[in-house]
Amino acid sequence: MHWLARQVLRLAVVLFCVTLLTFLIVNILPGDVATAILGGLATPEDLAGLRADLGLDRPMLVRYFDWLGSALSGDLGRSHRSGEPVAQAIADRLPVSLQLMIMAQVIAIGIAVPAALLSVRRPGGLFDRLSASTAFGFLATPSFMLGILLIYLFSVTLDLLPATGFSPMSEGLWANLESMILPALSLGLIEWTVLMRVLRSDLLTTLKEDFILLARAKGLPPWRVLLQHALRPSSFTLITVIGLNIGGLIGGAVIVEQIFALPGVGRLLLGGIFNRDLILVQGTVSFIAAGFVLVNFLVDMLYAVLDPRVRHVRFRS
Amino acid sequence: MSASAVRPATVAPVGRRLSWAIVLPLAWVALVAFLAVTADWLPLPDPAAQELILRRKPPSTTYLLGTDNLGRDMLSRIIYGGRTSLIVGICAPFFGFLIGGAIGMSAGYFRGKVDLLAVGFIDILLAFPTLVLALTFVAYLGQSLFNVTLALGILSIPAAARVSRANTMAWANRDFVLAARTIGASNWRILTREILPNVLPAMFAFWLVAVSVIIVAEGALSFLGLGIPAPQPSWGGMIADGREALDVAPHTALIPAAVMFLTVLSLNFLGDMVRNLVDPRRSSL
Repeated sequence: MHWLARQVLRLAVVLFCVTLLTFLIVNILPGDVATAILGGLATPEDLAGLRADLGLDRPMLVRYFDWLGSALSGDLGRSHRSGEPVAQAIADRLPVSLQLMIMAQVIAIGIAVPAALLSVRRPGGLFDRLSASTAFGFLATPSFMLGILLIYLFSVTLDLLPATGFSPMSEGLWANLESMILPALSLGLIEWTVLMRVLRSDLLTTLKEDFILLARAKGLPPWRVLLQHALRPSSFTLITVIGLNIGGLIGGAVIVEQIFALPGVGRLLLGGIFNRDLILVQGTVSFIAAGFVLVNFLVDMLYAVLDPRVRHVRFRS
Repeated sequence: MSASAVRPATVAPVGRRLSWAIVLPLAWVALVAFLAVTADWLPLPDPAAQELILRRKPPSTTYLLGTDNLGRDMLSRIIYGGRTSLIVGICAPFFGFLIGGAIGMSAGYFRGKVDLLAVGFIDILLAFPTLVLALTFVAYLGQSLFNVTLALGILSIPAAARVSRANTMAWANRDFVLAARTIGASNWRILTREILPNVLPAMFAFWLVAVSVIIVAEGALSFLGLGIPAPQPSWGGMIADGREALDVAPHTALIPAAVMFLTVLSLNFLGDMVRNLVDPRRSSL
């Protein structure tokens, strides 16, 4: 329990620093928000008035702790563009982003696990080399490029799927999936490469263990050895990597939401940046970073539950 | 005794690896770099010169790679865009590695409180999804080549610090470091003369990988319209422009995409090769 308490404390410290850093970036860096909002023609009185309205005339640390206090109670302030509460704006758009990332992850795992299993059946064989080169190719394809290629292939050339736009679940499951499949593929087709490489390498290590030899000696068919004996002990690194890659996935989601015009959190953030919407950017970046930290924390916990040795090795240092 | 004499014992022979898988990527990167450096002296049209009547022309003998939405020469824009990618791709990780390397080496060498502070700092930078942090930095610093490079450089600090810290820790307890300390060498001297030469190969291999990551990141920023400002060509920006004409002039998006893909692929090939040479243990991955 002592160990868990320390992890939670560490989490709290990181969250505090992350929100503080976001605040500093958004506030210290050059570029006056009041001028950005009112434009170059505003009078000094107007500017001063707006700064007072936004609370920009108070010391920065005071403003930060004010913000943190309300943030902890779920109030991230109001966008000074639309007047919409930031927390509400995020909550409205979060389902789209989550659906995108979950679908991408399912696609990635759905390709990576079978590919890794087939690869290690004969390391260096035809399938192994083929999947390794395919992975290497996809690894060199940024998500924005893949998104464009998918639109070109499936929307422009084959005319199978819509190029952009989002249909909510209320318009029917199929309409929703149709609008999400290309965005999810743009992320998933890149993500699987990393997962496949990690799992393949771990499987190869596991297959050298004595209990695999025993399973084989008992005369179990190769696929049962792979699926029932080798897969589980080989998937620890995979889980960690899935957790670590969520950062990349979030960044990718920002781009993909923009390409396919999906109303997600990433697009909310971009809109905020383009509009110099200080409070919106502060809220969204903090939310995204906090979510990322939390997911990694949970992955670490899961890792420890799955493999008790970890508790004593990984977290001591 | 010079520390640089200490090298990993198992360096794979280079000659065996000089296959097409190395020659082709090397040739492509060399071509892109050569064109980017000599662009000003080549007989190229101005990459910003618009010829609206001749917009979205497919590749022809006059326009080898065709023209874009505003009738600008694609070849010229690709070459100048390559210059942008290479400047950012080379300088940003260099900056990150200078600072990250110093942090990581101090952390790995002094350990204790310095280490704790450095690891905490790295943890916090890593807590942000990279692209989101880059977007925020550039948005508030303002868009320019320098600011994009600076923002992406800051983002490569944590990775550089981790690599140099791990490598420094591996070397700091070796006998030649102890020997240097015994004859009264200062910490600064030990770090720069004994440890640094041994950490550099790993850092170099990692830097190569970072170059391709940063080129992609710059592409993503420009694609989103938050990278290099408009008239200056950038591959990411070109792909974004080409998206609007995918149905009538797909070459405007596909050509820069192909060029960027080949460049990143080549750099990944070279990075993998160098990393295998430097650290044979990782070659199985």
